[in-house]
Amino acid sequence: MQLALIILVPLLGAFAPALRRRDPVWRLALFAGLPALLSFSLLLSLLPQVLAGEVLVYQWDWISQLGLSFALRLDGLGWLFATLITGMGTLIIAYARYYFEGKATSGRFYSLILLFMFAMLGIVLSENLLFMLVFWELTSLVSFLLIGFNWHSQGARRGARMSLVITGGGGLLLLAGLLLLGQMAGSYQLSEVLLAGERIKADPRYPVMLSLVLLGAFTKSAQFPFHLWLPHAMSAPTPVSAYLHSATMVKAGLFLMARLHPAIADTELWFNLVVPTGMLTLMVGAFVAMFMHDIKGLLAYSTISHLGLIALLLGLGTPLAVSAALFHLVCHALFKAPLFMMAGMVDQATGSRDMQRINGLWRYMPVLMVLTAVPAAAMAGLPLMSGYLSKKMLFVESLQVSYPFWTTVVPVWVTLAGLFSVAYSIRIFHNVFYNGRPLDLPIYPPRQPSRRAMAPLALLTLGCLVVGFAPALVYDKVVAMAVNAASGTLVPAYDFSALSVARWPMIMSIIAMIGGALFYLARNPLFAIHSRLPEVDAKNIFEWIVDRAIAYSQRRVYQLENGSLQRYLALILVTTVGLGGWALLRFDQWQGPIALSPVDAMSVFGASVICLAALGVVVFHHARLPALLALGVCGLFVTLAFARFSAPDLALTQLSVEVMAVVIMMLALSFLPQRSPHESSLPRWTRDLTVAGIAGIGVGGLAYAVLTRPVDSISDFFLANAVPGGGGTNVVNVILVDFRGFDTLGEITVLGIAAVAVYAFTRDLHLKERVAQIADEHWVADPHPVILSMVARLVLPIALLVSAYIFLRGHNMPGGGFIAGLITAAALTLQYMAGGLVWAQERMLTQFRPLIGGGILLAGVTGMGAWVFGYPFLTSTFGYFSLPLVGKFELASALLFDLGVYATVVGSTLLILANLGKLMTVAGPGKEIG
Amino acid sequence: MELLYSITLGILTACGVYLLLRARTFSVILGLTLLSHAVNLFLFSMGRLRTDSPALIGVVSEHADPLPQALVLTAIVIGFAMTAFTVVLALKAAVELRNDHVDGENPDEDRP
Repeated sequence: MQLALIILVPLLGAFAPALRRRDPVWRLALFAGLPALLSFSLLLSLLPQVLAGEVLVYQWDWISQLGLSFALRLDGLGWLFATLITGMGTLIIAYARYYFEGKATSGRFYSLILLFMFAMLGIVLSENLLFMLVFWELTSLVSFLLIGFNWHSQGARRGARMSLVITGGGGLLLLAGLLLLGQMAGSYQLSEVLLAGERIKADPRYPVMLSLVLLGAFTKSAQFPFHLWLPHAMSAPTPVSAYLHSATMVKAGLFLMARLHPAIADTELWFNLVVPTGMLTLMVGAFVAMFMHDIKGLLAYSTISHLGLIALLLGLGTPLAVSAALFHLVCHALFKAPLFMMAGMVDQATGSRDMQRINGLWRYMPVLMVLTAVPAAAMAGLPLMSGYLSKKMLFVESLQVSYPFWTTVVPVWVTLAGLFSVAYSIRIFHNVFYNGRPLDLPIYPPRQPSRRAMAPLALLTLGCLVVGFAPALVYDKVVAMAVNAASGTLVPAYDFSALSVARWPMIMSIIAMIGGALFYLARNPLFAIHSRLPEVDAKNIFEWIVDRAIAYSQRRVYQLENGSLQRYLALILVTTVGLGGWALLRFDQWQGPIALSPVDAMSVFGASVICLAALGVVVFHHARLPALLALGVCGLFVTLAFARFSAPDLALTQLSVEVMAVVIMMLALSFLPQRSPHESSLPRWTRDLTVAGIAGIGVGGLAYAVLTRPVDSISDFFLANAVPGGGGTNVVNVILVDFRGFDTLGEITVLGIAAVAVYAFTRDLHLKERVAQIADEHWVADPHPVILSMVARLVLPIALLVSAYIFLRGHNMPGGGFIAGLITAAALTLQYMAGGLVWAQERMLTQFRPLIGGGILLAGVTGMGAWVFGYPFLTSTFGYFSLPLVGKFELASALLFDLGVYATVVGSTLLILANLGKLMTVAGPGKEIG
Repeated sequence: MELLYSITLGILTACGVYLLLRARTFSVILGLTLLSHAVNLFLFSMGRLRTDSPALIGVVSEHADPLPQALVLTAIVIGFAMTAFTVVLALKAAVELRNDHVDGENPDEDRP
């Protein structure tokens, strides 16, 4: 529970600054600082347990089928990072209180910082790999928002975008990698993954998985060549740079490498991937940092270099390399954050970050100078400082590399990089505080920052000193348990006394220090050479790549999606036919084992009529009325086919639907042109014919293959249970209203929606001019023939009676709500046609939407009625009753459900027809039909 | 019988697909209707072809598969609603775009 609190407190705390953003900065800082401090103290209170080697796990199952659970884990490694995150966060919040003094944006900053803290804690405390990934992406997102904090500046926007693309893209790779890892380990729970190391390393998918995971880690931790986003992230406010882009977020990748160390590390492939990357990053960062005139730019490249250093250590695989890596990680956080704070203060005091103009500040801010001297010395690795020890540890480890070729390269390389880092460390201190006098600063004279503003900086400086003077204590209390957790074994305590007497590391240190000082002395000619080099802005290159990628995909999209629906349809059909055909081609036997049933003359006749009618539709489709007639014939014979093959319900349904479909199409045809022009070109015609031909052959062949094979249907259950379970002998109807009543409920809802959509479309459709034109043409000589209207009036009561009969008997004999509804609708449609819309409206219901809604409601309520009796939704019941005169009869609750179906069908059909019909009325719409 | 049924299905499908690919909305509606006939018949036939054996308990002793029938029944009704919807869509397009080409622009006319 405490674990959950640790990460939830910052999340909940993030609301306060967002809601009270008009409050003064100090109060917002208090709102933000308290949750951070609370998390920090909770972590401290857990230190004894963690030191004792306990692994605290808090688990709450979420989607266990997917291996997803909300699980937290606190062990030494997690504790180290979490403490760093919350502790550093608290100091940054305190520092930002002065940085944001008098700015209106501080509320946004504080809530984002707390959100970030939440996400970052999520990464380091997750027990579940997939959950960790969610937090991972969350940090990328928050980082995007924070880099783009000053969104009105173009540089900030572009930097934010670049970092999001690189870190977010890396997150996707990591997702793939972690999924693979989870599959290989058989679990996404960290505790199990960490134990499955040997199995994972033996798996053939290991190289792919490792590359993906490492790419994710490298992009996040700004390893070469993905380091480019980090310098551009410096457009963020300085507290953000100090927190996210030096102390915490960029360490997430390193954390991941340490976290998964027992499971995936220390193979030759790991070495070959991690060590060269770390070495390149280390060197590029250290070298470029020297030439940065922007203080934050220098610090950014120096951060890159240190990230490379830690990655290199994690890759080396020597016994104590992980110890050195984590020790340096702590040192780095302690000395880099105060340097960033110094950069922010100098920026605010002088209005500039350009070291060519900022010089000699010791006169104006001596306290800051003293406070900065310690972290700068630590960064350079001067004796007695924390950085001195960690750098020496690096040298020791580099000498122990056993892989051939690397044995000499690594030590030389790290010494050289150490030399550069000494140079830039001297530069940042000497250049800012000495080196002559300031040159035309925007704010002159520079303002001395207040004492209280420097308190967080002083605390961190103190931390640097403590580590420098009592390394063994800090190591034992803070780092050792993390090392144990990261390596999965008990690592012996680090022997710092042996470190101070080791000979070669000492020599390497001295070379680095002297070389670095000489390099710094030679800076002016070097700067001159550097300034003559062509300037390459990674942001521009990145934007160029992104623009090209967008333009390319846009072109491709427009090629595919050119606005022609005809083309889309063709593409869809070609794809379907292609995929289906490809699957069917591998089918070796079309004829199944069942013998063909005999053919009778009537069936041949019916089939021929269907085929001829269908072909007729195609042949005559330019002349639309004949085509429509052929379509009607086709539909009627399909009805007969249903009747022929023992499906009376289907035949009844199809018949009623057919009538109304043709009516609707006739209505539509009266508005549309009577003829289709011949406009298909020969290639188009051939293409369509080919597609249609293949589709026909495919469907026919598939049907044939299925029909000649035996069937194993679940329908025996329905047949056996229709009478005892559903109380009806017409199994089709029992399925509709009982067994699969839920489907039917959905289907009548779809029907209702379609009808309402038709209503919505026709309501503001103005066909007036067109209708008048048609009326002139006398498309229909006599709109309402007398004989038709007389017959229609006679038929109505009979038809209604028939539909009632069909409805009532539906449960036992062919019929039911659907069919009865369609018959009723057809009978009423006939009235419209015979008497005209106005005539019919005077005599009939014109509001159909309530009917639709009522029908669906009735069906739904009947279903819910089952709840009252403690049964699942839509359980039906039935009983037999007897009345005098009528005799014994059955009543089923399904009848009520069917009544709902009936009402919906009648309402929907008439809503559609009446609205289409309304369009035709020249004399005005009459009453509103709805 | 099965062969005859399959051939009929194939021809219905082919005609439907061909008409779907035409350029005028009305032809497409015709094609859609033909294709839905084909689909309904296809689904229906998945319960195999039976003669004189409706799924009525107590009336006959042999029963056709009732499940595809129930599914096709609702499919017919929904197919009708969809046809109606497409028809209205075609009308609306014809009125607003002043032509009945599927792509909404008449290839013979110059665009304004």
